[in-house]
Amino acid sequence: MAKHNYSFYPGCSSQKGASSSNQLRSTQTICEELDIQLNEIPDWNCCSASIGYAGGGQLPRLALSARNIALSEQAHPDQDIVATCAACWLATREANDRLNENSTLMAETNKALKEGSLTFKGNKKIRHMVEVLIEDIGYEGIKKPIKKPLEGIKIAGYVGCQTNRPFGINGESFENPVYLDKLIATLGAEPVEDYDKKVSCCGGALMFSEPEKSQALVKDIIESAYDGGAEMIVTPCPVCQMNVEVYQEQINKKYGTKFNIPSVYYSTLMSVAYGRSAKDAALDGQVIRAIKLEEIAAK
Amino acid sequence: MSNPVTVEKYRNNFLREVEANVEEGDWVKRCMQCGVCSGSCPLGPHWEHPPQELFMMIRAGKRDEVLGSSSMWMCTSCYNCIARCPRELPITHIMHGLAHYAKRLGLSPKNQQTKKFAQKFWDNLSKKGRVNELKLGLSLYFMNGFMEGVKMSLKMQKVGLGMLKTKRMSPFEMLGGHGCKDSKGLQAILNKAREIEEAKISKFQG
Ligand code: SF4
Ligand code: SF4
Repeated sequence: MAKHNYSFYPGCSSQKGASSSNQLRSTQTICEELDIQLNEIPDWNCCSASIGYAGGGQLPRLALSARNIALSEQAHPDQDIVATCAACWLATREANDRLNENSTLMAETNKALKEGSLTFKGNKKIRHMVEVLIEDIGYEGIKKPIKKPLEGIKIAGYVGCQTNRPFGINGESFENPVYLDKLIATLGAEPVEDYDKKVSCCGGALMFSEPEKSQALVKDIIESAYDGGAEMIVTPCPVCQMNVEVYQEQINKKYGTKFNIPSVYYSTLMSVAYGRSAKDAALDGQVIRAIKLEEIAAK
Repeated sequence: MSNPVTVEKYRNNFLREVEANVEEGDWVKRCMQCGVCSGSCPLGPHWEHPPQELFMMIRAGKRDEVLGSSSMWMCTSCYNCIARCPRELPITHIMHGLAHYAKRLGLSPKNQQTKKFAQKFWDNLSKKGRVNELKLGLSLYFMNGFMEGVKMSLKMQKVGLGMLKTKRMSPFEMLGGHGCKDSKGLQAILNKAREIEEAKISKFQG
């Protein structure tokens, strides 16, 4: 049995053939290195992200998250729930908090859950993978498996919104969280200092419904990374990762820019620093290839 | 001129309706109109009425203007406002709540794109319990009609190819793809939750 065990909520976009399947693969790689075991919540469902609200009212949306938590309580009673997706983590933690604070909603939710023969107790901690790394493993622990320090790469740590607000990582500020910079430095790379779009919004799900407005936000996020001398952007969030990576060509067309900057997950960076293969690091999942990381992985 | 007593009653009614029927609506009266939230919205310039103004309008009883507005559909759920509001209002949730309530009453703007997308997202997930990104994406491109859809698909072709090549999108999703095993149980839970919520809302008499 691994040293650290968690009840794992992977979320829709991590599934095989889905947009952040590369995040899951690199997460599994770092977990092997750090003796972490992620036990998937059996038959988990979608959290409705922050966008299901047109069709789903408050109670149905709470019930979605409560079902996941109830399933975790059944299958992994002694393990914290851990999510890698910012939206999954946020929705689950919010539901957990709100149900615990409001006995009426708790009773109503449990009445609904009964239809699926489930009960929500609500005494679990809902945590983000980054919290596990920082709080349970620690920077020293993160350092240990490093075989190939990422020397000579300058990286903009883009934290984004939902990993940062409203909960964030304990001890970090909303306006200027530094954990991602610290992580970059721990891996031997150089973080962009004063990256001023660090916690700006990428448009989130509105990238689909308001593409031009959201792409304008992404343009500023990328521009500011280049201004800071970055060769690469790293982020913990699947929505940020994708929004910052895959629309660069469209942005270039519209604004006459020449963006071509890789946007990677912290788990990909860590996997490469840990000396793992390009495949284990999910480098083949990059739409904009991270050549520098590929070179290190091939060494 | 209407008499001040009825005006007063009308005002209170919409605020009370929001408190009773909108997610986290009972917080609205605690807003002190400082404007911090409005200054924090990433799509701020595109909001017809930013959050602070919506809260003022709710208190002023402007029911049709509030519920018919496209404003709350501009919320990207960035949580900037929540992190900064001196009165700790859960503004993001109130925006989602207002959007949902307006949609439920059929008062939201007809061609609001985020409304359409958010509904499609919900329909997609509530069918099988998990989101099928490919079907969601396609239905999204075609939501404004066939020709628009073809144009949009062409525009997005490169993005799609990139996702396909990196195996972050799978054509097999069309054949069914991911879902919960107990999607029946999940649907029963969602139906019950909807039923409880509807009963509560219809109870509100103003
Ligand atoms: S920040 Fe809070 S108190 Fe200030 S206007 Fe917005 S909701 Fe009201
Ligand atoms: S969460 Fe919504 S309302 Fe709040 S600042 Fe972000 S976009 Fe504006």
